[in-house]
Amino acid sequence: MTDAPLLQVRDLVHEFPTDIGTVHAVSGVSFDVHQGETLGIVGETGSGKSTLARAVMQAPRPKAGAVLFRGTDLVTLRGARLLQARRHLQMVFQDPFGSLDPKWRVRDLVEEPLIAYKTGDRATRRRRVDEVLELVGLDPAGHGGRRPRELSGGQAQRVAIARAVALSPALIICDEAVSSLDVLIQAQVLNLFERLRAELGLSYLFIAHDLALVKQVSDRVAVMYLGKLCEVGPGEAVYRQPLHPYTRALLDSVPGAGAATHKTIRGEPPSPVHPPSGCRFRTRCPRAEQRCADEEPVPRELATGHRVACHFPLVPMARSTPRSEEKIGDTP
Amino acid sequence: MGQPDGTEQVTDALLDVEDLRVTFPGRGREVHAVDGVSYRVYAGQTLAIVGESGSGKTVSCRAVMGLLPPGALITGSARFQGRQLIGLSDDQLREHRGANIAMVFQDPARSLNPTMRVGAQIAEAVRAHQDVSKARAKAQAVDLLRLVHIPLPERRSVEYPHQLSGGMRQRVMIAIALACRPKLLIADEATTALDVTTQAQIMDLLLELQAELGMALMLISHDLGLAGAYADEVIVMYAGRIVEQAPAARLFSRVRMPYTQALFEAIPRLERPAHAPLPVIGGHPLGPPDASDLPPGCSFAPRCRRAADDCRAAAPPLEEHEAGHRWACWHPVDGGTS
Repeated sequence: MTDAPLLQVRDLVHEFPTDIGTVHAVSGVSFDVHQGETLGIVGETGSGKSTLARAVMQAPRPKAGAVLFRGTDLVTLRGARLLQARRHLQMVFQDPFGSLDPKWRVRDLVEEPLIAYKTGDRATRRRRVDEVLELVGLDPAGHGGRRPRELSGGQAQRVAIARAVALSPALIICDEAVSSLDVLIQAQVLNLFERLRAELGLSYLFIAHDLALVKQVSDRVAVMYLGKLCEVGPGEAVYRQPLHPYTRALLDSVPGAGAATHKTIRGEPPSPVHPPSGCRFRTRCPRAEQRCADEEPVPRELATGHRVACHFPLVPMARSTPRSEEKIGDTP
Repeated sequence: MGQPDGTEQVTDALLDVEDLRVTFPGRGREVHAVDGVSYRVYAGQTLAIVGESGSGKTVSCRAVMGLLPPGALITGSARFQGRQLIGLSDDQLREHRGANIAMVFQDPARSLNPTMRVGAQIAEAVRAHQDVSKARAKAQAVDLLRLVHIPLPERRSVEYPHQLSGGMRQRVMIAIALACRPKLLIADEATTALDVTTQAQIMDLLLELQAELGMALMLISHDLGLAGAYADEVIVMYAGRIVEQAPAARLFSRVRMPYTQALFEAIPRLERPAHAPLPVIGGHPLGPPDASDLPPGCSFAPRCRRAADDCRAAAPPLEEHEAGHRWACWHPVDGGTS
């Protein structure tokens, strides 16, 4: 195990043209994922989290920035070299049925990535298929011969996970991978992800809109809003001591048994076609001041490994400006 | 069947559902989607029906609304202010819908007409039940948009659904549902597709409107957390039956049915430490059992940690074991906090 991060994403930018203008989906995002670590990314609809996942996979290639996977910048690779570099980087999507060809049998679906990467002979591949099906809790004899429509949602997602782990990846990107499952099945699949992490030494980039879900599986958590990361830190710290007003608002919106304290965030998310100047959250932020419109906040580390991009973070710090101190306790 | 109250209170209930059963004829076998469900909804009350996919929560409400496909066989009773709904003709039911009971669904994008301005769609709903001029209906549509807190309602009313965000579209759906001031609003996974911050806004709106208009509200959801946070009373369904019912606060503090407990424990919570394995239930491998193939005893027994021989022999009836708290279980958990 080396100290160098498994995945280093630097200043990643992705934009795409639409009828109404250019969508600024990902606007300068940087983070690391270490060996054996799960980095969770929380974001709402339109935050750019799925675009970010695809940009890391180079599908499609991002507009700017670097994606270093085991030290190799995927953005600079083409064709067969990219395919080879991406072999140990796999993805699991939200809709298992959408990612599985309905005409194929489970066994063939799981073998397909092994064939694509010309792994072993047919007998070796078949043994590997049985192995990974058992690993994800499916019965090779029973489930192996079925087609996707003969599976439940949870079973289909296990097939998608078996496909992802067949090539012994180092990192799996999960984009809302359990969001469409019922809670009991979701718990089973979350536990499966955790077991695979322990048994195979996997790392995850775990992307979802559900904060509690992300906290459950993550070592560190990043919060994404309108194409930018507003806060990154150890999971426990981000939930117990959020520094960014948006993170606070997200936490306050979670319905729970003690929902008496819950406050709703005001307004609608702005269009990613015309993101606000300065801090992108300022149009909905209770703490926003003129400076937030004029100047984009630079991420700074306010506690060990806990970074926030905010002019007026929620914790008074010696390094922050006096104005931010005045704002503490000002709860609208 | 277990009754929450004495029969003298029957007239108080806005909606009184009694032994409701819905059967879908399948290829060679019948599917008992709803298998003897009884509950009451009172004016001003928020009742949540919680369950997983296939538990029958949505089918039971659609049966009351008359929104099931023609093949569905419905028996039992559903009285709205004393009037029997089961067996009414489509025309009679249509009259009921909107004026008395309205429904908001999960996907506002699919429920709205993409080629029609939202104000016109609301006005259409107004005119379906009230004999008013087009101009007056349009004015009412703008008022309804204002009621659901859409900024600049005059301007928004002439926009098309695609010009609105998901949260805005769901507000429009609520405006349509409220067009005839229903006495009961059923929200079927109405916030499931929305972000958590938008969900909180929409739920606050629904509760505010409920208080303002004195409506009863039914939340149909897979989300136990949402039900606990916003409902007065929670019903938990499993395999077509009610397995537990209690006031929300009580259910959260004194869960008795092992299935409800399993649901509670499987939900990732912010207070839980990261990476702690979620308690999952064994028995039946994945998902609720096929509703067409129910075991003879308690339908949850194959997955239940507490199941004993008596559970597999006979299904426990749903009974009020403690004041206001009904459960269907031979071996309930001891009722501590889950």
